[in-house]
Amino acid sequence: MTLALTAGAVRPRRNYRRRRIWGEVGALSFAVLLLIWTLTPIYNIIAVALEPHGDVFTNDIFPKNPSLESFWIVITQGYWYLEYFWRQFENSIYIGVATVFFTLAIGSLASFAIGRMRIRYGWLVSNAALLTYVIPASFLAIPFYRIMGFYGLSNNLWSVIAAEVTFATPYAIFIFQQYAVSIPIELDEAARIDGASPAQVYFRIYLPLMAPALVAVGTYALLLAWNEYLYQFLLLSSKKSMTVPVALAQFLNSDEAPWNYMMATAIVYALPPVAIYYAFRGRMTAGLTMGGVKG
Amino acid sequence: MADVQALRPSGPFSHLAVARAPVHRSKWRLGLQGSEFTWAIAFIIPYAALFLAFVAYPVLYGLWLGRDPALYFELMSEPIYQRTVVNTIIYLAIGVNLKMFGALLLSGFFMRRGWWVKGLLLIYVLPWAVPALPSFISIHWMLNGQWGLINNVIWQLFGVDGPGWLETSRALALGSVIWSHIWKWMPFWTVILLAGRMAIPQELYEAADVDGATGLKRFTYVSFPLLANLYLVCTLLSTLFTLGDFNSVFFVSGGGPALSTHVLATLGIRDAFEVARPDLGVAVVMSALPLMIPLVILLMRKLHTTEVTL
Repeated sequence: MTLALTAGAVRPRRNYRRRRIWGEVGALSFAVLLLIWTLTPIYNIIAVALEPHGDVFTNDIFPKNPSLESFWIVITQGYWYLEYFWRQFENSIYIGVATVFFTLAIGSLASFAIGRMRIRYGWLVSNAALLTYVIPASFLAIPFYRIMGFYGLSNNLWSVIAAEVTFATPYAIFIFQQYAVSIPIELDEAARIDGASPAQVYFRIYLPLMAPALVAVGTYALLLAWNEYLYQFLLLSSKKSMTVPVALAQFLNSDEAPWNYMMATAIVYALPPVAIYYAFRGRMTAGLTMGGVKG
Repeated sequence: MADVQALRPSGPFSHLAVARAPVHRSKWRLGLQGSEFTWAIAFIIPYAALFLAFVAYPVLYGLWLGRDPALYFELMSEPIYQRTVVNTIIYLAIGVNLKMFGALLLSGFFMRRGWWVKGLLLIYVLPWAVPALPSFISIHWMLNGQWGLINNVIWQLFGVDGPGWLETSRALALGSVIWSHIWKWMPFWTVILLAGRMAIPQELYEAADVDGATGLKRFTYVSFPLLANLYLVCTLLSTLFTLGDFNSVFFVSGGGPALSTHVLATLGIRDAFEVARPDLGVAVVMSALPLMIPLVILLMRKLHTTEVTL
């Protein structure tokens, strides 16, 4: 009697355990597929970058004689397509930093006026921003290019900065407004009663309390400027004013594209944003999930 | 009257403000006076100037460039343009839906517990973290018919020559472009939907468990109804972003073979800068408006009426 009882109790547990093990095996094999899916193009970048110049046009899956030669060529600018590599890298950084600064400044000022000071017709401004946010940037490229000519900014880094700030600020306003809701407006009021001017409230209360949102949006703006290609390609034409992605795409036009140098350039170019992304990942995800989203 | 005006909720996020604002009145809520008004104007001017100079002016200028109806008749009779429209529709219909549905399923997978799932998520978001251009150039080379990694693998495994993915047929090239787009952007939407799933209170699942809902039922009766709105907003946004996606098409297939895989975003740039017909390029982009305007209106409404705590 007792034996039958225990046997009956054990079997479902064993079934449950077996099912769990199979579930885990299934999940693990799915994970392997997902890894292959994700890493194939990235593996390709690294593998090609490690191939010496003569080995690119072979049928190897793994580089036969891996070497760091192409990285050395990139760092020392030892190929005619790469003669201004560091200059172009500087341009990318310059554009990125300026974009972050202006996006944060303009976005936070506007969100302060709309959300905290409740300026009349503020809704008009936030709707305009929202509209800009959902319109694809590439659709505005043609008139934008012409207009930069009118402004006398063609082949000037500032034209690119203007474009990136234009497309990053709506997201900034969107996020700042949502985040600011969590900061009690009583703080502003207390400061106002103590005689602080709006500028003081903005600098002493609003900005410090907005720090997490500023970090999230700043990371977003930097990655946007670093990722963007179309406007940089259209607006920058000389080799010295180009950014790295534009130069990278120029490689494609040469007859015998030096794929290993291109991939090494791509890796050097991709490292900063990947590092920044993983450093601020938590903050950024919080920002993205807080409000709207933008690729 | 002015006070009432200032108190009235305004703007897309006003529902939040209304929910929070206590009833008592104090200085700023009574509207702005004197120097405060000047300050507020000064704070808004940088954005207003940016918007007028770099959004309003280009939009109006674009509308003016594409004002001639003859341009649209010219486009309609062009076979390349007709194919481009079909490509755009295929790209949106397949690309967006596969990506979003995959993201929905994967966000469920990443809810699993365990250290290796967390590690996998870190690797899985890599395509999103790596800048677009290096990845797309890599995919372009990877799909090369003669020397690319994919065909090398096919040769090593099966001993047959793989197809020229980008060089031979429109279907393969368009498929490759759609695949690259999904590869690049699915992680991003997975993260968003994952956050949405995490926001669902655990008690709901426990209650469903007690009621005997397991597996698929848990998803159809608990998760999905709660995620539906988020899923819809994300799909709309993603459709608009995909419509304007230039990089995946331009760098993976380059519109080839024989201009057969262009989408509106890349054909517009081609007409404006390679063919040197900016008015025609603008017309190409403008012809997306009949699709864009309803999407934008729907999305703006959704963002207004629902709390988009994604």
